[in-house]
Amino acid sequence: MNGDEACCEGALAAGCRFFAGYPITPATEIAESMSRRLPQLGGIFIQMEDEIASMAAILGASWGGVKSMTSTSGPGFSLMMENIGLGICTETPCVVCNVQRAGPSTGLPTSVGQGDVMQARWGSHGHYEIIALCPTSPQQMFDMTIRAFNLSEYYRLPVIILADEVIGHMNERVIIPREDEIEIINRRKPSVSREDYLPYKADADGIAPMANCGDGYRIHVTGLTHDDRGYPAMNAEAQEQMVSRLVDKIRNNRDKIIRTNNLYLDDAEVIVVSYGISARSAMQAVRNARNDGIKAGLITLETIWPFPEELIRNVARRAKAMIMAEINGGQMVLELERCACGACPVSLVSNFGGAIIHPNLILNAISKAAKGKI
Amino acid sequence: MTTSKAVKNAPPHPMDSLLRTERIPHIWCPGCGIGTVFSAVISAIKNTGWDPNSIAVVSGIGCTGRMAGYIRLDSFHTTHGRAIPFATGLKLARPQTKIIVVSGDGDLFAIGGNHFIHAARRNMDMTVICVNNLNYGMTGGQQAPGTPLGAKTTTSVNGAPEEPFNFSYLASACGATYVARWTAMQVRSLRSSISEALEKRGFSFVEVITPCPSSFGRRNRMGSALEMLKFYQGRSVIRGDIDPKDASMDIDKEIVVGKFVDIERPTFLDYYEKFNRPQIPQWRSLHGDSQKAR
Repeated sequence: MNGDEACCEGALAAGCRFFAGYPITPATEIAESMSRRLPQLGGIFIQMEDEIASMAAILGASWGGVKSMTSTSGPGFSLMMENIGLGICTETPCVVCNVQRAGPSTGLPTSVGQGDVMQARWGSHGHYEIIALCPTSPQQMFDMTIRAFNLSEYYRLPVIILADEVIGHMNERVIIPREDEIEIINRRKPSVSREDYLPYKADADGIAPMANCGDGYRIHVTGLTHDDRGYPAMNAEAQEQMVSRLVDKIRNNRDKIIRTNNLYLDDAEVIVVSYGISARSAMQAVRNARNDGIKAGLITLETIWPFPEELIRNVARRAKAMIMAEINGGQMVLELERCACGACPVSLVSNFGGAIIHPNLILNAISKAAKGKI
Repeated sequence: MTTSKAVKNAPPHPMDSLLRTERIPHIWCPGCGIGTVFSAVISAIKNTGWDPNSIAVVSGIGCTGRMAGYIRLDSFHTTHGRAIPFATGLKLARPQTKIIVVSGDGDLFAIGGNHFIHAARRNMDMTVICVNNLNYGMTGGQQAPGTPLGAKTTTSVNGAPEEPFNFSYLASACGATYVARWTAMQVRSLRSSISEALEKRGFSFVEVITPCPSSFGRRNRMGSALEMLKFYQGRSVIRGDIDPKDASMDIDKEIVVGKFVDIERPTFLDYYEKFNRPQIPQWRSLHGDSQKAR
């Protein structure tokens, strides 16, 4: 099956039973698959009037106690930003899959891009932390969609799957495990009475148990800055307290959230860092470099946000050079430079979208870097 | 006037069980019509006799948007204009919950207009209550889709150059199953219309013309809140069972009030079941759960 269909099956396996979306290339197949599959499983598919409504609807469904998701691509992702912020602020579990195409604006609707990585990080206004995953194959679309739901349910926030057009439309074998082999995490429920329940009072790990609509807790949920009761609190102290918790619940659990796939890192001198479809080009390039006798290595960012700061800091100290391969003008390379912090030179192999990066371009960069020409 | 100090030994108000009393005083200005609508909504909810845990209130942003924060029910204060799509998701996830959307004319019909017309078209089972105060109150009185032609606001100091929407006509044209309009002075009729709307299956809509003395009234020299109420009442003509397109909303001539639509129509979920659920036995048979295909 293709990556989009695998995303749909992963969502269903994770327990998603509500999908609201709007047609957009190259993510439409996710909505189409959902519209076929959800009614079979007793779930609801609704095609909304736009992506703003789609995002709002999945937040509403999540508060109704049903795991929910939407899918889109660049222009729709832009429209979802305000309500992604509402999801962050109200701590609403849900999943957004952005099958990236080349932008800006309508750009190249049917061609690949990776230009939304910084938008995924900072696209909604205000300061917050986000979780974003980058699949490199249809199999990972399946696996990561399940993981996205688990992370969203556990950490209570919208989790973004940053796929791309090639992964979405690529057909590969996808192995769907038996139901009992799939780990499913569900949101933590309150264990206290209605009188004692504080909807935004976190447990020791920074996560607050979540009462759904209809559970009898009669919660108030607002996108205004709020206190532990969920009531608006219009002052700097409340803002500090609320945003600290939103940020800390992710930052303090980075070790559990971040996953990278590391190849030949033990003795690597030139380390390529990449994600999504570009990581597959990079893998070919790194293998070819090894065949040429160059000690090359690869870090594939399976979670692009939070960024693996510590790993990059550590490997930068012993690397000769690091290379970022991505389909944009250089976005994640800025993160790489920040974390390498001058310990080794950093270079970029990229294009602005429309085509994948040929492995030979990355191989050339590796060869140059190995010779100290960067 | 409200006061922040709790009155000792005050007897409980009959509506206290549905109020987040710890959040009082509220933010609304003296003379604002939202309180009247709020009270009518709570009375109507009480009248239904429904389990309070089976009702949810969803609001957008603005003065009326704050209503969700004062009601002791599951309540959701969402983003500007997006109360209806949020409520759509909530309703479809929990069809057993009764959904009430409360918001202002700007929230529901300017930034949220697209969602309103589509939810009405789909006949999404919810009650939408629009507090139409003819301007954006929270931000200090700007021109809104309900602002009358020529009225003064902070963004139309020489008079609004646009004709307003007729929200009740719009709602009926989009397929709402219940449509009524009242002014905030006609409390009993308003309360009974909200009750009827709550009991109605499908997309029901109640519009309330309310005074905003702090902004709209002041800039248009309409006097005190009471004078505004009397003005709107004086302009209003009760005409039930007329063609909604004749339900004019013109504060210079007449404000037609009454119940304009009360029809039956299958809801989104009715049609969803009809078209989708026949697949269930088929799917089950594929997975060996059932002997027979449909």
